[in-house]
Amino acid sequence: MPEAITRAHHEEWARVVASLTRRFGDLDIAEEAAAEAFATAVERWPADGVPPSPGAWLTTTANRKAIDRIRRENKRGDKQKEAQLLYDDDPPGPLGAIDDERLRLVFTCCHPALAMETRVALTLRMVAGLTVPEIARAFLVPETTMEKRITRAKAKIRVARIPYRVPSAEDLPARVSGVLAVLFLVFNEGYLATGPGADPVRHDLTAEAIRLTRLIRALMPDDGEVAGLLALMLLTEARRTARVSASGELVTLGEQDRGAWDAALIAEGHRLVRERLAARIAPGRYQILAAISAVHTSARDIRDTDWSQVVALYDQLVSMDPSPVIALNRAIAVAELDGPEVALATVDRLESELAGYHPYHVTRADLLRRLGRSQESCAAYDRAIELAGNSAETAYLIRRRDQLG
Amino acid sequence: MQYLVSVITDTPALATPEEDAAIDVFNERLQAEGHWVFAGGLGGPSTATVIDNRGEEAMVTDGPFLESKEYLVGFWIIEAADLDEALKLATAGSKACNRKVEVRPFL
Repeated sequence: MPEAITRAHHEEWARVVASLTRRFGDLDIAEEAAAEAFATAVERWPADGVPPSPGAWLTTTANRKAIDRIRRENKRGDKQKEAQLLYDDDPPGPLGAIDDERLRLVFTCCHPALAMETRVALTLRMVAGLTVPEIARAFLVPETTMEKRITRAKAKIRVARIPYRVPSAEDLPARVSGVLAVLFLVFNEGYLATGPGADPVRHDLTAEAIRLTRLIRALMPDDGEVAGLLALMLLTEARRTARVSASGELVTLGEQDRGAWDAALIAEGHRLVRERLAARIAPGRYQILAAISAVHTSARDIRDTDWSQVVALYDQLVSMDPSPVIALNRAIAVAELDGPEVALATVDRLESELAGYHPYHVTRADLLRRLGRSQESCAAYDRAIELAGNSAETAYLIRRRDQLG
Repeated sequence: MQYLVSVITDTPALATPEEDAAIDVFNERLQAEGHWVFAGGLGGPSTATVIDNRGEEAMVTDGPFLESKEYLVGFWIIEAADLDEALKLATAGSKACNRKVEVRPFL
């Protein structure tokens, strides 16, 4: 029984919230009614059995709860009701994949007029169905802070009239990339969790990010960047269990037990990357990052890695996004192709921009170590350890530093 | 739905002739497309007077109610269907007057 409810929650939560938001024009009512409907399911299903169509049952129940609430409030004479309705001027059109109501919900939660941390919280609450305490724990903030953040966001959406619709074709690429940024942030926070008390890898967050990206992919199957981000997440997630050692230390790509990688996830990620290559449309950054990940996961041993291919892909990325972080990652691949000395010269030029970014110091420390410049390497490790926030990574860096001769 | 688009500046310099011309073009567009409600430019903070008549006697203070580096120099009140439309107009407005703008809904 708990599995039936968990499954229904995963599959139906966003749909219930989205359809109620559409019908009642208010995120708050939709969220509360959906939560009540699931609570009723938890009470009733064990005794009455799982209904033949759980989704329809939940939507009907949530609709009733919402109508009950609106009646209660109307009795109190809520004159502002009309003004509080979410705005929706789309004429009812033919229902294509892009018209799925859940997509409206995603675009509203990821609206650029909301702060990034608010978009993340709202998406996890409204689309993924995480509870406020769960989201608060995920981002290490007090529950009351998270509650306020979500309440404030819902009020802004209502009062400033953030529309509940899929953006027009001309705005779509920018808005989709805003949605993907939210999902990537959730994934990365799971994959390299920060905070001394947090688990080094937060599978709950990576799994949630993948589930949401799968949903967006199902809703927008023709978008290359959506496919690219999903592939990138799958190929990264595939290496998760090999990434932290039994003693809780980060294991680098070169030292991972490749036999422990998840073959099914890798196969799915590779399939997506091939699909995008076959599309012959200039790839965006997620597709290129996924392709880089595909090169890594195609090598059975680190020594089999096609580094010239990796560098070529980074060159493509640099031409699109000349940021110092990309240049740093490119230099790491260059070290394998042309040696650490060439790479170090590039890395050193990034100092002014990346002095506060711990991977910069990690990279320098490693290159200096390989060049036998132990003292400088030790100093770079010190700086990296100071700046790193992930407990497994810190443990790994300390060991590497202490091994220096 | 109406929105207040406040123009924020941090320099006492008035609009240049080029900025004035761009603002005129933007205003004409607002009027032609039915978004225009009202607009105006304001004197600087040093021209402000604050009145507080909540007590027994009205208090009159010379200067703005809030001293800050950035301040309001003008505004548009626009009619827009929703925040997306308002933000698009405000984006064009910011370009025209060459200043930062803030968008807030009327209740």
